[in-house]
Amino acid sequence: MSLLVDLAFQLVQMTVVLLIAPLLTGLVRKVKARLTRRRGASIFQPYIDLYRLARKEAVVADSASPLFRVFPYVIFAVTWVAAALVPTFATGLLFSWSADLIAIVALLGAGRFFLALAGMDVGTAFGGLGASREAMFATLAEPAMLITVFSLALIAGSTQLSTVAAFMASSAVGLRVTLAMGLVALVMVALAENGRIPIDNPATHLELTMVHEAMVLEYSGRHLALIEMAAMLKLALYLSLIACVFAPWTLAISDTGVFDRFTGGSLYLIKMTIGCVALGVFETSIAKMRVFRVPDFLGAALMLGFLGALLLFVSRTLK
Amino acid sequence: MTGLSFDVSHLLAGALVLLSFTLLYQTRLYALINVYSAQSVVLSAVVAWQAFVQDAPHLYATAAIAFVFKAVAIPYALHRIVAGLGIARDVENVVGIGPTMLAGLALAALSVVVMLRIASEADSLAREDLAFALSVVLLGMLMMVVRRNAVSMVVGFMSLENGLILAAAGAKGMPLIVEMSVAFSVLVAITVIGVFLYGLNDQFNTVDAAALDRFQGDRR
Repeated sequence: MSLLVDLAFQLVQMTVVLLIAPLLTGLVRKVKARLTRRRGASIFQPYIDLYRLARKEAVVADSASPLFRVFPYVIFAVTWVAAALVPTFATGLLFSWSADLIAIVALLGAGRFFLALAGMDVGTAFGGLGASREAMFATLAEPAMLITVFSLALIAGSTQLSTVAAFMASSAVGLRVTLAMGLVALVMVALAENGRIPIDNPATHLELTMVHEAMVLEYSGRHLALIEMAAMLKLALYLSLIACVFAPWTLAISDTGVFDRFTGGSLYLIKMTIGCVALGVFETSIAKMRVFRVPDFLGAALMLGFLGALLLFVSRTLK
Repeated sequence: MTGLSFDVSHLLAGALVLLSFTLLYQTRLYALINVYSAQSVVLSAVVAWQAFVQDAPHLYATAAIAFVFKAVAIPYALHRIVAGLGIARDVENVVGIGPTMLAGLALAALSVVVMLRIASEADSLAREDLAFALSVVLLGMLMMVVRRNAVSMVVGFMSLENGLILAAAGAKGMPLIVEMSVAFSVLVAITVIGVFLYGLNDQFNTVDAAALDRFQGDRR
């Protein structure tokens, strides 16, 4: 019986991330529009866009391989699974024991691999350009992410997100400079991975420096809807990940009642709103970087991760 | 040694090392000076915390000296110098930022490994301060090596001196008179450096230290 309840909550979590992801994207767009004194589209516009795309005919280039049609489904599935593994409103859900933080990084890496392949598949210049840039950024972003994960795992004693979140919520954490560096490094990686403004501009569609849009230029119809949905899910995933590791106090720690999980859920919505508004403010207040400065930016994230690990090493040796 | 006092000093000393890396990363002159100023503020906080933990009142004086001279006076003087020279705002690196960062990380790791081994008898607070102080010193040296602009070399030198103060604060029983004289010698140094910078700019119309290379004696 309890297995059924657990399964039900896991399914609720998967539905929640799927339903909330377009809303978060819409909210960020709305915040950015208001800050630049525009009225902006409704925050529900992404749902309407997805619905419109899903109904349209999918046009596939003549030179596309059969894989080209499969990639959107794979990318979407991989991202959705990864998003389902991050604790949003409660820890210790059924699936969260089956995969840890490293598995989430691997799933996202697989998604990126397929997206880069899809970008190169048709053989247009823009797709290859976007794919090569994405690979260049990934070579720095993934090590930075992993080294942060290792620091977190060293502090919390586990790579399981549920355990990490429970540890961070307890008073055993103390005052640690490594965590601050990890937070900054993770935010920088999240900005790069989601193609937000200092790295890539999510609002433009035809710009020489674009990365994500360049890879998906050949997609249309339901394929494009799936890829857009995967990108939104990724944003929701990173926001939830940062919230769950660095602000875990509102999570319902495992083995709590249904009521706690509902409060956890509503507080989760508030946290996501705060995250979106912060992202919108940040994006409005900063200018986009030149592509060749991006490795410096991500190198700084990598450096922060390493430095955090080093400081952690010092404090563990001495204590 | 309670956990909290160690954690706070770890936090502050870690912030000091982080700001050294920020100095390495920063490529604009004014921002560079501001980061240096921030580093000095953190340094005075470190020293004040040491004074509190060690119960050594004279270290409060050191903290005050560090704050007044290094966080306010020297950055102000450097701002004046940069404005007076009217030089280009961007700094040219000899080496790119990525390799510089990697070298800096290697130096920081080296100093941690060396210092934790060498000073194994000292108490944990002093060991940690020594380890971080050595890495701040090495990073300051690295900064002087990788930059071509004389002003940023000066900032590297000053941040190196911050590392020395950190080491001195960690070691118990450093007399106040020594610290006073170090602080004043740094003030003298900034005066000499100011004269040097103006002279360099007058002679060569640049503060690029590479202009001095052809005066090396043993080079053909």
